[in-house]
Order: sequence, then structure tokens, then C-alpha cells
Amino acid sequence: MRQRQVSQGARRAREFEAFVAGAAGRLLHAATLLTAEAPDDNPRARRLLTLSLAHTYACWDRLRGEDPYDRARQYLALRFAHGAWRHHGGLLPGRPHPVGPLSRLAPQERLILVLRLYEGVAEEQAAALLGLPTERVHTICDRATATLLHPPRGPAPAVQGVKVTVS
Amino acid sequence: MNRTQREAAVRQLMERASPAVPADLYSEVVRRGSRMLRRRTVARRALWLLLFAASVAFLVWALTVQPWVEPPSETTPPLRGW
Repeated sequence: MRQRQVSQGARRAREFEAFVAGAAGRLLHAATLLTAEAPDDNPRARRLLTLSLAHTYACWDRLRGEDPYDRARQYLALRFAHGAWRHHGGLLPGRPHPVGPLSRLAPQERLILVLRLYEGVAEEQAAALLGLPTERVHTICDRATATLLHPPRGPAPAVQGVKVTVS
Repeated sequence: MNRTQREAAVRQLMERASPAVPADLYSEVVRRGSRMLRRRTVARRALWLLLFAASVAFLVWALTVQPWVEPPSETTPPLRGW
């Protein structure tokens, strides 16, 4: 009995390690796009990745045939969605200004764009995951695409120099 | 530019620079994940223990108070001798 448990644990660890080796790169890329950090300096994205993989590890035995990658991605997206408001508006003075390719977009636009186009999640699934109507996801995705491809000239990147005084 | 082209352009933009996965990721994930599992186990055990304690307390209370026994009447004097 004990031997079987041990061997089961070893098999589980091997499977999970293979999963991490396969999924971590792509998930980290997605997380870095979400947090709009530079690829070589992405503490927030790493934290998101670690938490979502740890969550997947914790529910590994209860997956019952569900795709672990899907699970990890969902958790990552939701965690980002819930945490985004805290990082909005430069309340953390120590963080450098975002430099990633999606840094011009709002967090929600980034989230939807990454889910829809980078990860290829269907519109309905993304809408269900975020609790939004499908049309809204469609609209946000279109708008974000337009903003990315035709950057508005003017004060959009001007936030860079502004010093936020915390009173 | 139609929709497909726009989406392809954005995809290309997003695929550009890929970050490197940190080397200690796996051990960190396993450490955090097993801590989560351990906490869940402890919480589950605590809840079962609470349930057990509550049912024991209820049993003891029920056996001492015996709420199903009809209490002796206090207003009507006992009827006897007729």
C-alpha cells in the first residue's frame, strides 16, 4: 500500500514536471504580455506564473481529464483580472514604466487580446471566463487591435514623465 | 486591411520577444503547491474535528436535558381520587 502511494507520487511528480517544462515558456510569455513588462525584467509575470502553476499542482489529482494547461491559463487570467486594479494608475512608485508591446493598452484590453489572439481562446469562452457579454469582448478586442496597429498620436505615452505624489 | 490581416499583425507583434523561464521555477512551484495542499488538508481536518465536537456536544446536551420528555404540568393540580 505504502509502496503504491510512493510510486504514484513519483509518477505524479514526473507528469507535473513534464507539464511545467512544456507549458511554462508559453504561459510566462502570455503573463509578460499581460503585465506589459520587459521580457528580461518581469517580476510580476513570474509571480503570476508561479502562483498559477502552484494552483495547478494543488489540484492536479482532481483534474479528471481536464486540460491542466487550460486550468493554469484560466487561473492566470483571473488572478491578473483581480489584481489589475491595484497596479493601475501608478500607485506603486517603485515600478518602472511598462515597456512591453501591449503597454499602450488598458489591463482589460491586454487580457482580452492575449486570451483571444495569443492563446486562441474562443470569444464565448473568454467572455464566460471574465463574466462579460460576448459582444463586449468582441468590441474590446477590435478596439485594442485598432489601438495597437494605429497608435494615436499625442498624449498617450505621456504618463512616463509624470511623478505621482502620494499624499 | 481586413480582420484576419489585422489579427495576424497583432499576433506577430505579440510573438516577438520571448522571456526566459527562470531556472528555479519548478522547485518554487512545487514548494508553493505542496504548501497549499498541506493547508487544505489541515483546514479539512479542522472542519471535521469541529463537526465531530459539535455533534458530541449536541448528544450530551440532548441526553442530559431530554427535550422530548413532556415537562410536568405546573398550572393544573394533579387529578386524583375520583
